[in-house]
Amino acid sequence: MHLSLQRDGDSLEVELIGSWRGTDLPAIDAELASQSFAGASRLVVSVPDSVELDLAGAWTLREWLKSAENAGLTVEFAGTAPGQFALIETTLAGRKHPAPPSSSEPAFEPVSALGKQVTRRVVALQYALDFIGRSVITWLRACASWHRLRPASVARHIYETGITAIPIVSLIAFLITVIIAYIAAQQAREYGAEIFVVDIVTVGVLRELGVLLTAIIVAGRSGSAFAAEIGAMKLNEEVDALHAIGVEPHEVLVLPRVIGLVVAMPLLTVIADGIGLTGGAILCKWLLDMPLPLYIDRVQDAISPTTFWVGVIKAPVFGLLIALSGTYRGLQVRDSSRELGRLTTVAVVQSIFLVIFANALFAIAFWQLDI
Amino acid sequence: MEALVEVRGLVNRFGSQIVHDGLDMTVERGEVFGIVGGSGSGKSVLLRSILGLQRPQAGEVRLNGRDLTRLSVQELKVIKAGYGVTFQQGALFSSLTVLQNVQLPMLEHLSLSPRALDELALLKVRLVGLPDEAARKFPAQLSGGMIKRAALARALALDPGLLMLDEPTAGLDPISAAAFDELLMDLREQLGLTVIMITHDLDTIFRTCNRVGVIIDRKMTSDTLAGISGNPHPWIQAYFHGERAERFGTPSHGT
Repeated sequence: MHLSLQRDGDSLEVELIGSWRGTDLPAIDAELASQSFAGASRLVVSVPDSVELDLAGAWTLREWLKSAENAGLTVEFAGTAPGQFALIETTLAGRKHPAPPSSSEPAFEPVSALGKQVTRRVVALQYALDFIGRSVITWLRACASWHRLRPASVARHIYETGITAIPIVSLIAFLITVIIAYIAAQQAREYGAEIFVVDIVTVGVLRELGVLLTAIIVAGRSGSAFAAEIGAMKLNEEVDALHAIGVEPHEVLVLPRVIGLVVAMPLLTVIADGIGLTGGAILCKWLLDMPLPLYIDRVQDAISPTTFWVGVIKAPVFGLLIALSGTYRGLQVRDSSRELGRLTTVAVVQSIFLVIFANALFAIAFWQLDI
Repeated sequence: MEALVEVRGLVNRFGSQIVHDGLDMTVERGEVFGIVGGSGSGKSVLLRSILGLQRPQAGEVRLNGRDLTRLSVQELKVIKAGYGVTFQQGALFSSLTVLQNVQLPMLEHLSLSPRALDELALLKVRLVGLPDEAARKFPAQLSGGMIKRAALARALALDPGLLMLDEPTAGLDPISAAAFDELLMDLREQLGLTVIMITHDLDTIFRTCNRVGVIIDRKMTSDTLAGISGNPHPWIQAYFHGERAERFGTPSHGT
């Protein structure tokens, strides 16, 4: 019960009772909705001091009294109106436009939407070119002195993106090789061509899988870390601080990460290759009863001098792509934490896409070069 | 007057570093209580303890007579609807507009119609003196002073009886700070608020506070403004009678 109502002829006398706070509103609304103004021409409201009335409660009462006025009643207070009432009255007075909708999505307009998309793409392209150009210039300038290449920072990034990634990269390389060898063994056994399992594993791992898996893991691990780290620095105005101190953010944030990853990726790839071949050897021994010397012999037959290098040469390129898209997206973060999350996602998705796309280009190039 | 907030024997330790060691504090209904102390004296930790963000090692924090350190999460949720907080940097949610920031506590604790939600949120935005346009803006588009006001609007969203403010005027120019103090006093009068505020701003202390608690040597000394500035402790003397305080003509030594 939040109010008591008494009819006296054509006048209604309402007295508020108990608590009229925001948390009581559902009950109050229900109670108010059940009242009817029928047959009354006057509404007298009394608000005793004992009533706990807050702004939300006062606003609800005000709305109800307005609806009474609209129904043709004259509304008056017994005694003075509560202070909250006057406060709402003065604060909400003089409003020119209705309350801004809390979630306003403008209606979809195809032409302007297309135009916006196009301009957005053009601007994005401009930014990307700016970023790449800046990176190249910073790189060239930094090459002038050893100090400006930030060896300590580079070492940290090699450690964080390379050394600490060894366990997960090894595990994934091992598992994927085992899966491939297992499936290949099943197929090859039907033709009695078990020995070719070694060829599939060796060539597959060295040329493609080793480097590609490594790149995808690194993109997920380090690409996201780059974007999030730099993005948080942007939100915290640390990047602006660097600018203000006279330090080129590209030089301290982008370059060490790019160099670090370009160095770390080939190392990780070599490790992934090694673990992959080991996995192949273990599976061949266990599943196909192939003695180790025979496996090693076959591996040597299967690979040409270029097989290993074809895989490893891709690693620094993939590292470059991952590092650039991670740092680029990180530097784009502005204003809000939602942007940070969005751009971190974009960084990972984009770097994986770029890696696979570059891999396709490599495949075509190697095919043309016949290696 | 009854005590609204009562802290008894509060102990906070981080490793070997003791921040509070048997700290007592009492805030009565309707007053503006300023918390003062040197940098690193544990003002923010005290506020976090009162908010329940930090479980103290010992002691109790009573709000309306209920000990917050022993309440369940469900019970705390109800208590949390009863006070409003602003943080030092504003801590507005950066992906929401000001209006949405104000509406967030309402959505969480109250069940309101969309119209009531919009009207009440706009009411709060106007109460703190922000223009209507600001309601649609994102925090990143606001100036420092507007962020402080928007944070206050969010703190007022649920019509709390108790406001806890962490450095509400830090980083504002003197005029904006004075305007903020005035706003605070207005709101206190109109809404019957009790205010606990951490501040370094002597202007704010002299303009708004009824009583001041100084954290010294991991404990709190609290008194009225006149009483505290007469306290013989050297740090308090330096604080209230230093060069920066002289212009207020505070009661001199020993009065």
